[in-house]
Amino acid sequence: MAVTTDWQKSAYIAAQAADARVNVELETEGMTLNLGPQHPATHGTLRIVVRLDGEQVVWAEPICGYMHRGYEKLCEVRTYPQVTTLINRIDWLGHFANEVPFILAAEQLMGIEAPPRAQWIRTIFFEMARIANVSLFLGDMGIQLGAITPVFYAFRDREYVLNLMEAATGGRFHPNFDRIGGLKEDLPRGWVDECHGVMTRVISFCQEMEDLLMGNEIFQTRTRGIGVIPAAVGLEYGLSGANIRASGVDWDLRRDQDSPLAWKHCDWKVWTHPDGDSYARYWVRLQETREAARIIVQLLDGLPSGPIQAKVPRIIKVPPGEAWCHTENPLGEMGFYLVSKGGRGPFRVKIRSASFNNISIVPWLLRGVYVPDVITILASLYFILGDIDR
Amino acid sequence: MPLILGVDLSAYWATTLLKVLVVLGLIPAGAIILGYVFLLKMMSHMQSRLGPMEAGPHGSLQLVADGLKFIQKEDIFPERSDRFVFAAAPIVVLLSTFLLYIVIPAGPRLIVEDLDTGIFFALAVSSLSVLGILMAGWASANKYSLIGALRAAGQLIAYELPLILAVVGVVIQAGTMSLQGIVMAQAEGEIFGVGIIGNPFIFTQLIGFMLFLVAAQAELTQAPFDMPVAESELVAGFMTEYTGFRFLFFFMGEFGTAFAFSAIGATLFLGGWYVPGVEGTLADVLGPLVLGAKIMAVAFFIFWFRFSYPRLREDQLQAFAWKLLIPLALVNIAVTGVLKVAF
Repeated sequence: MAVTTDWQKSAYIAAQAADARVNVELETEGMTLNLGPQHPATHGTLRIVVRLDGEQVVWAEPICGYMHRGYEKLCEVRTYPQVTTLINRIDWLGHFANEVPFILAAEQLMGIEAPPRAQWIRTIFFEMARIANVSLFLGDMGIQLGAITPVFYAFRDREYVLNLMEAATGGRFHPNFDRIGGLKEDLPRGWVDECHGVMTRVISFCQEMEDLLMGNEIFQTRTRGIGVIPAAVGLEYGLSGANIRASGVDWDLRRDQDSPLAWKHCDWKVWTHPDGDSYARYWVRLQETREAARIIVQLLDGLPSGPIQAKVPRIIKVPPGEAWCHTENPLGEMGFYLVSKGGRGPFRVKIRSASFNNISIVPWLLRGVYVPDVITILASLYFILGDIDR
Repeated sequence: MPLILGVDLSAYWATTLLKVLVVLGLIPAGAIILGYVFLLKMMSHMQSRLGPMEAGPHGSLQLVADGLKFIQKEDIFPERSDRFVFAAAPIVVLLSTFLLYIVIPAGPRLIVEDLDTGIFFALAVSSLSVLGILMAGWASANKYSLIGALRAAGQLIAYELPLILAVVGVVIQAGTMSLQGIVMAQAEGEIFGVGIIGNPFIFTQLIGFMLFLVAAQAELTQAPFDMPVAESELVAGFMTEYTGFRFLFFFMGEFGTAFAFSAIGATLFLGGWYVPGVEGTLADVLGPLVLGAKIMAVAFFIFWFRFSYPRLREDQLQAFAWKLLIPLALVNIAVTGVLKVAF
């Protein structure tokens, strides 16, 4: 061990002081921060590991799977009518919209088609699920940016939509209403008039959000130019739904594929935004909520009469074969790849849910942004944890 | 010489004890009033809900119940925390709130200490709280707390300057830094020769008042400047690890400071306790009521902003402070100085 004399000590101090004088920078090291699994911004159990330099993100990676429930496997041990109960819970805010692609795939295999009234009511519920889902986003984006009031308005007006849902199906959150060949029941009396009133409320809610939040200068400085996704990059990462439409890609499965549902009978518009930033994603979703209300009003006006259920055997057996059916769900493209061996339940189900692909862009998108913008970007990508992990 | 229960109330120790008790009572009372009226009730009604309704009439005792609940909670120290600093931080924050109340006048004689440098003292001690916040963030051994504390430090330094510069206009106009003197200057002032309501400085210092409100908002870490506590990002920032009565200290500090800043705003710009035509003992009775009403008016604005605006980002806030507020405050001072000399 070296003997330290006073002379050595003072020489060391003098050297340190000399270093300080020539402005030698201190060595700094980054910090690894775990956002989640329990964190208010992930509204669920998503974990994002970010490496920080100060408040700037050097590197980020989402780690999902904390809520994996094995739906694809669970579907294999259930009969076809039982599966809809289960898949309601994938995107729990867009409940009814989950059931439709699966039922359509099964109908495709069985070669039956629901009667027109059932298709129209399906479309109405599908769009109501979109309103219930996206209206929460419109408020939640505010709370992620620190404005606490909008989310309460969102919950208030969403409640009217859920009440309608409950009046017709008996389930607020998990309607389980779609059946192979049609629907469980017809609409209750007076429901159509009530629905008209609620849609007026939804449209005024959208206006309220536009005035309160989207028009706010602080909101715009926080979201404009933040988290820009160029169209090419978005397509490479397999984004879908409003996330890709906000990058200017005009692609909507409701319009672009020949679906038995009733969208083709309405006058509506697919909104796109050229910017691709967080503001654009908010703007597109706001317009889509308005369009959904418009679609519902038109469908209610032209609702055909007739049966709501096609002739289907009491015990449903789907003939052997494979079918792929996808729809434009509130969060983006959702598809079911269904393989049947002729039994009472599916042999194999592959679920393509939108959020899982949407968060795959997170590492690319978060590089170099500040911590507050991490929250903005995650909120504007809008994922539901059940939809990521299934 | 007033004697109550055989105690000479004009004795030094008796007046000091009284003053300490009043200030000690005023901070929780102010915090509870603001917390109940604005945080619980006004926010709820703005958000189309009722807020607490069970504890007391219309939920008015909710915060008292919450306070009792906090006191019963376990006093938790994080395992790797710096225990002494962790325990001391809330006290430092509350201390700065406590010191603020010393110089605020509520009547001709109702003031703890009429310092000649009253407003200077108030602004100086209000920045003590950043020390407590830094201590809390550092001692918590939590990354979120640390980021929150550093943000708070950066923010409070940026906003001290516009706050002080906004007040300088008032000081120039009143010709004194004593808060009692500023109240009297407003009381004796005239608007175009009409002196019936005095001359509240809000008419001449409107820009100063706005700057004061914005800077106070940042000083109180309320939205849109609540990045240090940003619950959606930092899960409450420097307060993340605090529970029980230590958290209660932070809460009381936050709302007590909001009350004090509203009082300073009311004193500097709205005429303080002064009631036209009332003097002597009656002014000591009416003064606190008038001041209280003005405090609520100023606090209403502070909380109104808090509930409706999203949060700025830290760098945007710095740009806002240095590029807009400070130049504006300097222009305000220059114009005030020129007009003061000219008239």
